[in-house]
Amino acid sequence: MRQTPAPKGRGSVAYRLVQRAMQQRELTVVLVTLFVIIYFGSVNSAFYTTANIITVCQYLASIAVIAFGEVLILSLGEIDLSAGAVYLSSPWFLYLFWHSGMPIGWAIVASMACCAGVGMINGLITVWLNVSSLIVTLAVNYVLFGFVLIESNDIQVDMPGQTGHFSIIFGVGAWSTTLWAAVMMLAIWALLKRTRFGLHVTATGGNLLAAAESGIRVRRVKVWCFIIISAASGLIGILDAIRIGSINPGSSGLDTVLPGIVAAVVGGTALTGGRGTIVGAALGAIFLGVLEDGFNLIGVNANWFYLAEGVMILVAMVANTQLGIVARRFRR
Amino acid sequence: MTEAESPLVEASPTRDATLAASDVVLKAVGLTKRFGAVVALRGIDMQLRRGEVLGLVGDNGAGKSTLVKILCGFHPPDTGKIYVEGKEVSFRSVADARSLGIETVYQDLALVPQLTVAQNLFLNRELTLFGKVGWLSAGKMRQLAKDYLEDIKVEIPDIDAEAESLSGGQRQAIAVARATRQNAKILLLDEPLAAMGARESALIVDLVKDLSRNRGVSMIVIDHNYTHLFELCDRLNVIQQGRIALDQQVKDTTVEELTTFMVSEYRRELAAGQQLLEQ
Repeated sequence: MRQTPAPKGRGSVAYRLVQRAMQQRELTVVLVTLFVIIYFGSVNSAFYTTANIITVCQYLASIAVIAFGEVLILSLGEIDLSAGAVYLSSPWFLYLFWHSGMPIGWAIVASMACCAGVGMINGLITVWLNVSSLIVTLAVNYVLFGFVLIESNDIQVDMPGQTGHFSIIFGVGAWSTTLWAAVMMLAIWALLKRTRFGLHVTATGGNLLAAAESGIRVRRVKVWCFIIISAASGLIGILDAIRIGSINPGSSGLDTVLPGIVAAVVGGTALTGGRGTIVGAALGAIFLGVLEDGFNLIGVNANWFYLAEGVMILVAMVANTQLGIVARRFRR
Repeated sequence: MTEAESPLVEASPTRDATLAASDVVLKAVGLTKRFGAVVALRGIDMQLRRGEVLGLVGDNGAGKSTLVKILCGFHPPDTGKIYVEGKEVSFRSVADARSLGIETVYQDLALVPQLTVAQNLFLNRELTLFGKVGWLSAGKMRQLAKDYLEDIKVEIPDIDAEAESLSGGQRQAIAVARATRQNAKILLLDEPLAAMGARESALIVDLVKDLSRNRGVSMIVIDHNYTHLFELCDRLNVIQQGRIALDQQVKDTTVEELTTFMVSEYRRELAAGQQLLEQ
């Protein structure tokens, strides 16, 4: 958060600090994340151990990366429900390429290309055939799930690429996935906030007609965003699979993509388009990661887990909108 | 019909002596347009001089919007010709018209609410570094936006404010500023003062006057509100039944006179209609 040196008077210093803080759209998520970190830390001191922090980071890396992609997509006023399925199926693409004799490095490149292709299909159907992205990507989600079930015969396999420096860089190293997620965060943040393309993403989602009128090729912008989220989800999917060591065809991907969307939205990205914050999405992912880990640490009964998580997400979102109403007064 | 035949046209003595009467930036001759059985325009002849603000008056369905949509390239006319700065043109699209410097400014549609004033002013004309990468030179755009708004005397409290937080008048001003910054020479304004308070209106009126007088931007304004038109325009064209029924300098007429003309025209039409029914 930025703070400016306040010019005069104690009252004015405090007011300006509050004003500054209120102007940050990520304020709520900062507060709720701090709250859960302090809470779980005080209940169980094991929370602050390096081992636990690594566990949290490994858990939230995929949520975060999917959330970064969703920030782009939501900023456009679209949604991508297939990112979780892409995350789960990309290691299968890699496995199939590797199994057919391709070296592991090339297999990664080829499976990333497949993921980008999936994103392109999502985008093209959405913009050219004018089908809601919610339905297109939900359908693609099931298509990918079906593909994995067919190709795997519903049998778990060992992931290739488990040895040597390669594996340390690509997932096995304790901080590997976290660092990859951080790099992707920087890249997507720069793309959204510092480049012409990112400005056009916001413009497209903020006022489609005005963007198109000004000559922005809104369809192309949309397709590219679908490609980016798929490629990013695919990459983190491969890294996670190498880290875990085996891949299991048992899940449709919705349980993976929805936390990503929650992280983005809790972080301050609007579902309606035009407003996206990558930093907020990262904080949202940390919030979800800490929540999951914290409930495990303090030993919440497994039956209560989802109930507690759901309530916490609701609390965070309600706080978000309520604080937004207050914050608007500081924005004039 | 040529311009000499239309009533009340005189070689208008312009405010600025350097503007010759022949300095016509936009001219339409014999524009007609039908939509199925409906005849929207029956032969429009009109012209717009450099730096002139022309108001279009007329009842709903008189043909104002159709005319404006033809001039901005949205509809092609059935017959008739359009000249821009003396050259005959035919628009195939809005982009065609825009490339010749004709731009429509819509009050609510033009800006992206979530982008800042500077970002909106440079929308899709952004200044970038590193060529293809498209890294934004945000600071430079911000400064240029600030300078330009100062130049045309549009006061925006905060250049970094999101368009959403601006008033209707400020948004309209930004939309107009963007069009002129991108070298629009002819602006088509649709109800530019609609739903605005006195201060807001003053902002737009001042901007329109400044752009027309000091920058030679020509404008065509559609509005239902005579008071607005008299505030903004140099000249008025009354459109009735798809024709220009009256062409009058604003300084030579009054709201009352115009209202009387419109009502008497209406009565005449009504009487003609009744006669037709009785026959």
